[in-house]
Amino acid sequence: MTTETTNDPSKLLLKTDRKIGIIGYGAYVPRYRIPGEDISMVWTGHKTGSPVKEKSVAGIDEDVITMSIEAARNAIARAGIDPCELRAVWVGSESHPYAVKPSGTVVAEAIGASASIQSGDWEFACKAGTEAMVAAIALTGSGMGRYAMAIGMDTAQGKPADALEYTAASGGAAFIIGPAEEAVVEIEASYSFVSDTPDFWRRAEMKYPEHGQRFTGEPAYFKHIEGAARIMLDGMKRSPSDYTYGVFHQPNPKFPQRVAATLGFTPEQIKDGLLSPDIGNTYAGSAMIGLTAILDIAKPGDRILMVSYGSGAGSDAFSLVVTDKIAARRELATSTAEYIARRTQIDYGTYLRYRGNISME
Amino acid sequence: MTDVVIAGIGQIPVGEHWDLSLREMGVRAIRQAVADSGGLRPQALYVGNMLSSILSHQANLGALLVDYAGLNGIESYTAEAAGASGAAALRLGYLAVLSGYIDCAVVAGVEKWTDAVGSELESALSMGMDYDFEAIPGLGANGQAGLIMQRYLYENNLEADALAGFPILAHANAVNNPNAMYHKAITREMYQKADLITDPLNLYDSAPYADGAAAVVICRRDLLPEKPVHPLVRISGSAVAIDTLAVHDRRDPMGFEAAHRSIQQACRKAGMRPEDADMFEFCDSFSVYAALSLEAAGFADRGEGWELATDGTLALDGRLPSLTMGGQKGRGNPLGASGVYQIVEAVQQLRGEAGANQVKNAHCALVQSLGGPASTAVTHVLERISD
Amino acid sequence: MEVPRHWRLKQQRYALVGEVCPHCDSKIFPPRDVCPYCGEEAKTQYTMSGKGKVYSYTIMRDAPAGYEENIPYTVAVVALEEGPMVTAQLTDLGDKPVEIGMPVEMVTRRIRQDGDKHGMLVYGYKFRPAVRA
Repeated sequence: MTTETTNDPSKLLLKTDRKIGIIGYGAYVPRYRIPGEDISMVWTGHKTGSPVKEKSVAGIDEDVITMSIEAARNAIARAGIDPCELRAVWVGSESHPYAVKPSGTVVAEAIGASASIQSGDWEFACKAGTEAMVAAIALTGSGMGRYAMAIGMDTAQGKPADALEYTAASGGAAFIIGPAEEAVVEIEASYSFVSDTPDFWRRAEMKYPEHGQRFTGEPAYFKHIEGAARIMLDGMKRSPSDYTYGVFHQPNPKFPQRVAATLGFTPEQIKDGLLSPDIGNTYAGSAMIGLTAILDIAKPGDRILMVSYGSGAGSDAFSLVVTDKIAARRELATSTAEYIARRTQIDYGTYLRYRGNISME
Repeated sequence: MTDVVIAGIGQIPVGEHWDLSLREMGVRAIRQAVADSGGLRPQALYVGNMLSSILSHQANLGALLVDYAGLNGIESYTAEAAGASGAAALRLGYLAVLSGYIDCAVVAGVEKWTDAVGSELESALSMGMDYDFEAIPGLGANGQAGLIMQRYLYENNLEADALAGFPILAHANAVNNPNAMYHKAITREMYQKADLITDPLNLYDSAPYADGAAAVVICRRDLLPEKPVHPLVRISGSAVAIDTLAVHDRRDPMGFEAAHRSIQQACRKAGMRPEDADMFEFCDSFSVYAALSLEAAGFADRGEGWELATDGTLALDGRLPSLTMGGQKGRGNPLGASGVYQIVEAVQQLRGEAGANQVKNAHCALVQSLGGPASTAVTHVLERISD
Repeated sequence: MEVPRHWRLKQQRYALVGEVCPHCDSKIFPPRDVCPYCGEEAKTQYTMSGKGKVYSYTIMRDAPAGYEENIPYTVAVVALEEGPMVTAQLTDLGDKPVEIGMPVEMVTRRIRQDGDKHGMLVYGYKFRPAVRA
C-alpha cells in the first residue's frame, strides 16, 4: 500500500471549476438556556464546574428537522431564490430525529423545494454540516446544479453528569451555495483532513455518546483542525493575518481559543464567531453558526477561515471572501445575535423534560 | 295531519355508573319510557349516541338495544351529531311518525362515559371537532369552549366571573332533581375560586361528562285513547341547522348562527315566536354556550346573554325559566343522551310533574341541543295538549 | 398508526399551503377546492405568509392522548393576514403574556408522534410571538 503525498499543499485544496459562494445563510438558536452553574449544582454541589456560561436547549416541540426548517427559511429569505431552484437539501447532524428516514425530505417539503433534489442525510459527528457544504460546493461548482443547501444542526445530548452535559447544545445554520456572482461570500477553496480516531462515538442503539476524556484534545481536535488549517493557509499562500476572521469548531470556549493561538490567530480575529460561551456546543452547527454570526457583521472584502471538527475524526477548512452583496442580504432574516438575545432561562427539571429525559412510561 | 305526541318518558339518574353497561342503561330508559306510555308497542327505535364506537368499542347500537330491550324485529339505528345526538334521534323519530310510515317509535339517548379514563376521554371528545385542523393541533372540546369564552369576555369587556350565573342557576335547580348528578348549590365565591380547566374557562363553566340514558315514546295522537295515561305533549316544531364544524372557519365565531336558524325555523313551523314560549331548555355544556344560545335565540342582544342568568330572567319564576331540572351543568352531561334528557325534563314540566321545580303554567317549551359550539343545532318546540 | 392521514396533509401542515379563489381572490385555508366565500371552484395553490394575529387563545391543561407531554400548552385561533383563521398551538412564549391581537408568526414544529415511540413524527404549524416586530 502506498500513500499519495505531495509537497505542494495548493494541490490538496479543493477548488471548483466555476466560481461559487454562499448566496444565502440562516442561523437558528432555540430560545431556552440552562446556565452551566445549574448543571454543576446538580452533580457537584457547587457552581463552578461548567466551561460555558450557559447552553441553548431546544424546546419540547423542536428537533433537528424543525430547527433545520427555520434556518433553511432564513437562508432562502436571504438568497432571494425560489426554493424550487435548489438541487440539494442536505442536513448534517448527529441527532437526526429518525435513525432511518431522511431529515432532508421533511425540510425540503417544508420550505417548498421541488422533488428534483438530492436529500440524503449526513453524519460525521460535529462536521456533518460542513461535509454537506463541501458536497454542495462540488455539486454547484461542477455545474451539476445551480443551487444546493447544506445545513448543520443538532440537538446534542450529553449523558447526565458527564462533562459533555455542560456544553451539548442545540442550534445550527443553513447555507445555500450557488454561483459566485450572486454570492454574499465567495468560497475560494476547501480542504478536508480525516483519520480514524475514536475520540467520541455513539453506538447505534445508544442514547448518549461516549468519549475518550483527554484523548479528545491532542490526537483528535487539535491534530485535525491544525492539520486542515495549515494545509489551507499554506496552499493559499496566506498567513492568519491575511484573514479578518477565524472561526473554529467550538466544543467549549478553550479549545478554539487555544487552536487559534497555536495557528497564529489573535483573540480579536476569533471573538465574533466564538459563540460557545453563550450557547454551548451546537455540534454540527458549531462552526457554521459561528460563521453566520460573522456574516451578520462582516464587511465586503473581509476574509474568513472556517475550520470545523468532527469526532472520529476530521476537519473541513474553508477559505472565504465576503462580497459587496452582504449588507443588503443580511437584513432579510433574523440575525444570529437576535436569536441568541431571544432567551428564556430554564431550570434543570425543565431541561430534562424538554430533552425527553423524564420517562412518562 | 295528526299530531306527533310524546306518550312516555324514561330516564336513569346521570352519574358514574361503574356497575352498569351501555346496554343496561339504554334498556332501563327504554323500558321505563314504554311503561310510562301505558305499554305502547314501538315499531322503531332511534338511538342517540356519540362515543360508543370508541369508548365502548361498540357500534350498531340499534341492534344491541332492540335485542336487549326485547323489541326484536323492529327498525333501529343511531343518529350521531356530537352533543346533539339525542336531539337528532328525536328528529328522526319525529319525521318517521309524521311521515306515516311509523306509528310509534322509541327515541333513546345513551352514553357510556366512564369505561375509559383520562387522555383517552379527551381524545374521544375531540372527535366532535374538525379532527385534522382542530384536534391534531392539540385542541380539545374544553379548549374549544375556552377559546370562545376568552373571546366573548374580551369582546364584551366582561369580568372574569360574568358567566357565573349559569352554573349557579343550574346547580340550584339540580338540587331537587333526583336524576341529577349533583344536588349541591354553588355560590359565586366558589365559582371565583374554581380551578381553571382551559383558561379562562373554569371547573364550573364546564358541565361534567357522565353516564346516562333517557328515552321517550312518540306516536300519532289519533292512535291513543281519548283519555291517555298522562297529559299529552305534542312536538309542534322541529328543525336542525348546521354551521361550520371548525370554529376558525366561521366568519363570526361569536354568533351561534345555527342556533339562531334552528330556533327560527322550529318556531315558524310551530306557528309562534320564540318569546311566546313559557320556558327554554338550552345547551349549557359550557357556560359561554349558554350565553351565546340566548343571544342567538333573540332573548338577549349580542354580548348580553350572560345577564339573563343573573337578573332573574331564567329563574323558575322568571320570564324565561331555563335549565329547570339542572341543565347539563347540574344534571350532568351524558353527551349523546343529553338531548333526550332535555326533552324528558321539558315534558315533566309541561305535564306538571316537575315537583319542587315546577314552572307555573308551562304550556310551551323550547328545547335546543348543540353539537359542539353550535356546529349542529337541533331545536324542538313542545306544547301541552289542552284537552 | 395513521400514516396516510398525516402524510396527505403534509403541505398544509408544514407550510400553510392553501388556495386562492380565481373568481373572488379570497385566500383559503385549509384548502377545500370550493371557495367558502363565493361558492366557485378554487383549486389554485397559495402559500400563506404565516403572519397573523391572535384572535383568541386558551390553555390546555388536560390533554388529549398523544399531547400529554406538552401540558400545559396554549392553543390559539390565529387570524392570518391573508384572511383565513387557523387553530394552532402557540410556542416559545417566554415570559410574555398572550394577548388577543398579539402578532404571531408560523413555525414548523413537532406536533406529536403517531401512536407510541415506534410511530412516525407528525410535524406541523405552530405560531410564536413575532421575533422581529
